[in-house]
Amino acid sequence: MLVTGVSSDLGGRFARRIASDPQVSRVIGVDVVPPRSDLGAVRFVRADIRNPVIAKVIAGEDVDTVVHTSVAESASQVGGRMSMKEHNVIGTMQLLAACQRAPGLERLVVKSSAEVYGSSSRDPAMFTEDMSAKRMPRSGYAKDVLEVEGYVRGFSRRRPDVTVTMLRKAPTVASFASSPLSEYLRLSPTPKVLGFDARIQLLHYEDLVSVLPHATLAGVHGTFNVAGDGVLMMSQVIRRLGRVALPLPPFAISSLGSLAKQVRLGLEDFSPEHLAYFTYGRGLDTTRMRTVLGFEPRYTTEQAVAELATVLAPSPLGNHPIVAMESLLSGALGGKQHG
Amino acid sequence: MGDAEIIPLGTRGRPGRGTGRDKPSSSSRSLAGGASPAAPGAGEDTEVPTDLTDEVPAEAPAELPIEPVTDVPPTLVELDASAVDPVFGEALDEAARPPVTTTPAGVTDVPFGELLAAATRAAQVVFGEDADQKLAQLLAFLRRRVTGDYEVDEYGMDPELTERFLLELVRPLATKWFRVEVRGVENIPTDGGALVVANHSGTVPIDGLVTMFAVHETTGRSLRPLGADLVFRLPFIGELARKSGATLACNEDAVRMLSKGELAAVWPEGFKGVGKPYSERYKLQRFGRGGFVSAAIKTGVPIVPCSIVGAEEIYPLVGNIPILARLLGVPYIPVTPFFPLLGPLGLVPLPSKWIIEFGEPIRTDSYDSGAADDPMLVFNVTDQVRETIQQTLYSLLMRRKSIFH
Repeated sequence: MLVTGVSSDLGGRFARRIASDPQVSRVIGVDVVPPRSDLGAVRFVRADIRNPVIAKVIAGEDVDTVVHTSVAESASQVGGRMSMKEHNVIGTMQLLAACQRAPGLERLVVKSSAEVYGSSSRDPAMFTEDMSAKRMPRSGYAKDVLEVEGYVRGFSRRRPDVTVTMLRKAPTVASFASSPLSEYLRLSPTPKVLGFDARIQLLHYEDLVSVLPHATLAGVHGTFNVAGDGVLMMSQVIRRLGRVALPLPPFAISSLGSLAKQVRLGLEDFSPEHLAYFTYGRGLDTTRMRTVLGFEPRYTTEQAVAELATVLAPSPLGNHPIVAMESLLSGALGGKQHG
Repeated sequence: MGDAEIIPLGTRGRPGRGTGRDKPSSSSRSLAGGASPAAPGAGEDTEVPTDLTDEVPAEAPAELPIEPVTDVPPTLVELDASAVDPVFGEALDEAARPPVTTTPAGVTDVPFGELLAAATRAAQVVFGEDADQKLAQLLAFLRRRVTGDYEVDEYGMDPELTERFLLELVRPLATKWFRVEVRGVENIPTDGGALVVANHSGTVPIDGLVTMFAVHETTGRSLRPLGADLVFRLPFIGELARKSGATLACNEDAVRMLSKGELAAVWPEGFKGVGKPYSERYKLQRFGRGGFVSAAIKTGVPIVPCSIVGAEEIYPLVGNIPILARLLGVPYIPVTPFFPLLGPLGLVPLPSKWIIEFGEPIRTDSYDSGAADDPMLVFNVTDQVRETIQQTLYSLLMRRKSIFH
């Protein structure tokens, strides 16, 4: 088995987990930089998926399963937007070209993203896998994912004997790993698009780490939305995290985004697609994930937010006056009833 | 109790004191007109308060805001009770058990206790004996709002906000201003999916709001409107629409809602209906492409035709400013006899008398599943629904004595 992007947190966690599975005999991890953490039983091969060398690795090691986890979500992971695009799109092209030449290949698992659906006012409430974006993403990560999915579909047509599983993950959050959305929610006060309240459906990072081995071992052909149950509104998420929302008109948010990119405020990957997501949000239908793929996420959207809340520093308005007033009143009432 | 709280403003538009004229003085008129937004019902429609006081001893429920002409469902009697206090109304049990976090140490301190006792007494004077309970409920409600401790469904509907707040804002408009009369409530299924199809009119789609209120009031079900994508593109309006239960009028969402047993509503005329000139009132426009019919056939739910009379007259559309409309990206900028001539005052809708009639449901469960893809059948059913609504509109118009009552 070959795993791409093992030096990233997700790839590393997944490779370690799958290597400990008795059904898997040998795991080869590939990345451009050596992993920072211990990969256990995983054999690391330093190779760039943008380079035809990858074909030699696949052929030489007689790989039967390829798990492509290295489609990078943020430019800071791979050093700039240009290199991110190259890494994501050209890397996938090269990897798939190598896969097409590998006669022994049986399975391909690709981590994609629900960003392919875009976000717009014309979206249906819940996207099912056979729907496509109402407004095609035109830049950033979403565009990359769209192109990656196109190449994967092409590969699937040319190699019908290979089981191709594509996982479209919802935005992830976790207390212990960073993601563009959790970086955004860490901002205090949290900017919010004035006059709009996005519907947010999340996937806990832990579930993302466990859906990959599940899909790898299950070997089900098809595309699947992967997300936790339930939807929260953006304002509600901000309130549940104990943050203060800062409503800004859309143009202010995008200029704040580019400003943040300049001065490196931590919110480095702000593209128009993010603004669309923060404006309209997105819901995913996960029926196929349950019935066909047979995966059950541990966290609902609500629980994922609660888990994220455990590590966020309390905001200046941490103990809201209303909450304080209520406990005061209930104390008084309780006292009166006794007296 | 409702009429006891009406505070007279000036002479309430009746002839001024001591002038001997039978027309109100200009100062009393300005007082009546310049009242707070809640007051126009009391200010201009001078009959309402007097009528209420006259008839209350005789037959109290007769002046109920919504008066179904056919058999009165029992829910209607409760309507007035809940109207009395919107915020404290429902979650009595919720507040009966006080929240867990008690801080007796801080409370027993002398200054706090004194202040609290005074506040409690003052609250009792204002709200009545169970003031502390009510205050606890209010605080619990506010706490849930500020901490985000409430649920929304997958379309983004926020039931608590809708029922406690948004519909209560519509209540005075529907019951006092438009005096909505609801007929044929028994045609709305009490459970399971159904698709309400209504005519659209009134320049500003207030008819959707009022229909939502009327359905919630008479059946207790929430009506889930299917709206055009423009609605969701507009700031604030789109946000409120989603929170009040609306979703995009597309086939996917319609089928999803109906198959989950929701009561959805469509206004198939769309902007052609809302933005038609006053001279074309009560003439139904084209009913879209019949997408709503195929959604109903696909899910096998009944179609309930709904005819709304009265909404046409609230803002009589006499003109349009197409250049400005194109500039702003909206279908039309209305010109009514009062808007933009009178400025913001022109935004006050005319108090026309409304009748909402739900017709006999048109069943679609006898068609097989492939029928949704048969355009001829879909067109036929669409025409049938359209004809039903048009005929009902004509007969309701005959019933109505004049535009205003």
